[in-house]
Amino acid sequence: MKFFQKAGIGRSRSAKSAKERLQLVLIHDRAGISPGKLDTLKDDLINVISRHIEIESDAVEITLTKERDQHRLVADIPLAPARKRRHSTS
Amino acid sequence: MSATIVTITSGKGGVGKTTATANIGVALASTGERVVCIDADIGLRNLDVIMGLENRIVYDFVDVVEGRCKLRQAMIRDKRLNTLFLIPAAQTRDKTAVSPQDMVRLTDELRQEYDWVLIDSPAGIERGFRNAIAPADQVLIITNPEVSAVRDADRIIGLIEAEEKGPGKLILNRVKPEMVRRGDMLGTEDVLDVLAIELIGIVPEDESVIVATNQGIPVAMETNNKAGRAFHNIARRLKGEEVPFADLGGGDGFFGRISRMMRAGGES
Repeated sequence: MKFFQKAGIGRSRSAKSAKERLQLVLIHDRAGISPGKLDTLKDDLINVISRHIEIESDAVEITLTKERDQHRLVADIPLAPARKRRHSTS
Repeated sequence: MSATIVTITSGKGGVGKTTATANIGVALASTGERVVCIDADIGLRNLDVIMGLENRIVYDFVDVVEGRCKLRQAMIRDKRLNTLFLIPAAQTRDKTAVSPQDMVRLTDELRQEYDWVLIDSPAGIERGFRNAIAPADQVLIITNPEVSAVRDADRIIGLIEAEEKGPGKLILNRVKPEMVRRGDMLGTEDVLDVLAIELIGIVPEDESVIVATNQGIPVAMETNNKAGRAFHNIARRLKGEEVPFADLGGGDGFFGRISRMMRAGGES
């Protein structure tokens, strides 16, 4: 048994990481937006939204997802704590 | 009678387009179908050597396009299978010598007298690729179970759909069942899952292909090798037959059986 484990049989999973990397890269390829462009979009988004409401800009997450055939741009934008917001707008 | 025009393409180079074109051509012709294989890789002629017809070239596809010879004069008949023909690519010109309209016009000339026209596309997504898919009734996308090849296949699938030549069908080439079995190579399911496309063939990695290329005798000329059988299955599926897919990854093999027994033993 040890021999087979050492030989990597039934234990090595590089195909799994190949598939995961492919799925990620294809989401960007298909949407035609590179991870770098997505970062620029994120910065723009933070600027625009910050003009209207105070947000936790460090915690903003923009991701591309795919469910069946629908590609989706998902923005998770946490607001600044309520106390801080009241303080800053007063 | 009207030929079906099938283009074999991939995006990435070196995944087996030319080998697949030659062997699907051989497999179809071996059942009596009349087949013309066109090398659309202008400037990088290769289908002739894979088919073993390189010594018989007089005219090429660009000679036909530019009117220096009749289409029939550029067609080389295979002496082993007398319903198989090759139209070679020009070696000294580039892809701009041919337009998509030329491809449509010349393949239309072949439709009446043949059953199949197979077009070996060049790699890439530029003019040569567009020439190759312009006349296609059906497009076969060939890939290897590797991240870069599958990524390029996805891009090609998108372009084929944009040109309204889709949906294409997939050939998964150079699969190593033992590596799939131990989780170190993308399996058929993985690739289909990622690309969401219909499968038309799985070709195992087979040293016979290299021997065949050395000799200029396509593997599908014989049926005593795995890759050759896989290409015959693809030909049958093209003709509309239901042929079950070989299990390359979960199935048989002495070593696979042993390692599964050992694992089963370890788990109990």
